[in-house]
Amino acid sequence: MNKQEMADEALFQLLHTEMVSYVYKWAEQGEMESGRYVTKLENMGFRVGQGLIERFTKDTARFKDELDVMKFICKDFWTSVFKKQIDNLRTNHQGIYVLQDNKFRLLTQMSAGKQYLEHAPKYLAFTCGLVRGALSNLGIKSIVTVEVTTMPACKFQVMIQKM
Amino acid sequence: MRIWSSDSGRQVSEARIEEAVGNREFAGKMSRQTNRGTENKKMNSELFTLTYGALVTQLCKDYENDEDVNKQLDKMGYNIGVRLIEDFLARSNVGRCHDFRETADVIAKVAFKMYLGVTPSVTNWSPAGDEFSLILENNPLVDFVELPDNHSSLIYSNLLCGLLRGALEMVQMAIDVKFVQDTLKGDNVTEIRMKFIKRIEENLPAGEE
Repeated sequence: MNKQEMADEALFQLLHTEMVSYVYKWAEQGEMESGRYVTKLENMGFRVGQGLIERFTKDTARFKDELDVMKFICKDFWTSVFKKQIDNLRTNHQGIYVLQDNKFRLLTQMSAGKQYLEHAPKYLAFTCGLVRGALSNLGIKSIVTVEVTTMPACKFQVMIQKM
Repeated sequence: MRIWSSDSGRQVSEARIEEAVGNREFAGKMSRQTNRGTENKKMNSELFTLTYGALVTQLCKDYENDEDVNKQLDKMGYNIGVRLIEDFLARSNVGRCHDFRETADVIAKVAFKMYLGVTPSVTNWSPAGDEFSLILENNPLVDFVELPDNHSSLIYSNLLCGLLRGALEMVQMAIDVKFVQDTLKGDNVTEIRMKFIKRIEENLPAGEE
């Protein structure tokens, strides 16, 4: 396309890995109570999500409703960031959405199964923030959590907070 | 296993979940995306730029002075460099460089192009041929960046220095890398100065020669 497409994935993945290990080092030194590292990574993701969505939506039409926004996240947003779409989107139509990615980009290099499963959450916190930040800039307040049972598949759960 | 995405994260009972409309479209498009190996690895550079920005912001919060941030960025760059070189060698088919001039060309024309989508120019060779400058007309790392006044000694893109140093160390070259001009500080271009220090000898374990 244009220069927007020109960075390389390897570089982003390595940068992300460094961010995780940096934040984790603080946690190990006992400078943060456990769980705070997640918040730190999540906050960085949030900022990035906010910025990205502004860039991505500058040429799109106004969204009809919440579901429309979620579909945008699953298709366009996910494709721009992770080069694939979300494989499955489910909702209870009451503000809970489950986004399932069967081959999540940041986990594919790590394992295909249960090995290193205990480390998976570290590598997902940033992305949770990314989604929350993107939604937040579209006027949707949410809580995003993630669940992994077998890598590299994972399920993001988005809970919309009614304002 | 789950992590919560908000400080006030609260558990919500698993509600009845049913499939959202329009799912079949996803499934259809997915089947085409079965690339493998060294497929097109280009991605949105805004993601990279913004992620890097978020990292620098976080470091500035975590450390009190800019020097420490510079040091940390350099360290992280180094860690990335020692890994990135493997990816680079595997994908670029570049063999061993015979002299420093060739190294400079490979860095500017192949490596920068591949990873950041820009081609810096190589200039200002020292007479001995052991020092040169990379001139970046635009630095993708600083696309949306303005330095606040109170961070005058922050070297925003210092990650690049560590990265170059780490990568070259893995191919037996000890290099000194530093920024001498930076568009963020009002210069017209960004200039990275590279100085060859020495060739690193292969360290064979004792008794194996």
